[in-house]
Amino acid sequence: MTNVLINAPKTARPGEIVEIKALILHPMETGFRPGTNGRIIPRNIIERFTATWNGAEIFRMEMSPAIAANPFVSFFAVATESGTIGLRWTGDQGFLVEEQVAIAVG
Amino acid sequence: MRTAWIALGLASVFVATFALAQGAADKRRSGYQDMGEALQKMQDDDTANPGMLFVQLGEQLWSQPAGAANKSCADCHAAGSMKGVATRYPAIPKDAASKDVGGPVDLEGRINLCRTANQRAEPFAPESRDLLSLEAYVASQSRGQPIAPPPDPRLDPFRAQGAEIYRRRQGQLNLSCATCHDDNAGKKLAGVTIPEAHPTGYPIYRLEWQALGSLKRRLRNCLIGIRAEAYAYDAPEYVALEIYLMDRAKGMALEAPGVRP
Repeated sequence: MTNVLINAPKTARPGEIVEIKALILHPMETGFRPGTNGRIIPRNIIERFTATWNGAEIFRMEMSPAIAANPFVSFFAVATESGTIGLRWTGDQGFLVEEQVAIAVG
Repeated sequence: MRTAWIALGLASVFVATFALAQGAADKRRSGYQDMGEALQKMQDDDTANPGMLFVQLGEQLWSQPAGAANKSCADCHAAGSMKGVATRYPAIPKDAASKDVGGPVDLEGRINLCRTANQRAEPFAPESRDLLSLEAYVASQSRGQPIAPPPDPRLDPFRAQGAEIYRRRQGQLNLSCATCHDDNAGKKLAGVTIPEAHPTGYPIYRLEWQALGSLKRRLRNCLIGIRAEAYAYDAPEYVALEIYLMDRAKGMALEAPGVRP
């Protein structure tokens, strides 16, 4: 199920600074809250977000329980070569989402 | 000299009519206008508005068969045919044979009606993600369109009931909806600007909820806030209130899915 919204430019000039924005559906359950039955709801967060440009890592972020549900990440990169930007979210309970967007530089 | 005066006169007449047109233009404010610039941008950008995640989910659900009839929404409704639908609800629903069924329902009620009658499936639970996603998907197709309650005289008693509830003082704090949203709108309550309570963005993604929520959830929030007992989720009082609120916001542009603080 698609549950990610990515906003990255499709084209860029060489050396241009581009902004990449990514929004993902995720509850980011802290692991500190009791549920309606009084028991603690197990922690379920995204632990790590990484971005690659043609396979090379350009951005990495470690997330914590204090981050709100459906985290929105925005970061900048210098456009050097055409290719794909890969985004990867991993987290508790085997959570893994990978998305790719193409970018043409020139 | 004289021509100059005439020109000035004409100019001022022009300015006056312009001002009049502006004045006659709506004085009502959507909650959107009372938000900070950052939140407005968040709502306007479809890749930053978290409500759009649910619109996406709703779009997928739309073509997913369900129930004993094994039909999806898309089997009956053409793509994009939901344009303007959200501006008309709550309304008295018609079945597949264009016959009226029961009393007025809001958009969620309408979706669940379709689900039980046409798909022969279990209705969605109130505030469930699937229901809200479908509602968001349907409502997002009416974006920018003016709210247009149906001119159905059978809705009048419900609208009157909604207006009565809106003005009725209730709860331990002995407040009515009107106390805040009519008499004190624009002033501050606990540091937050009190909005005029126009249901322009529902279902909304409220940052405080960290989730999408319906107008019912918002109404329950307010009821609990004035320390009144919230009606049950399926209570007709909500629909009556919604009919009144939509009528009050008639002509305002729909902006679903809205983002609110």
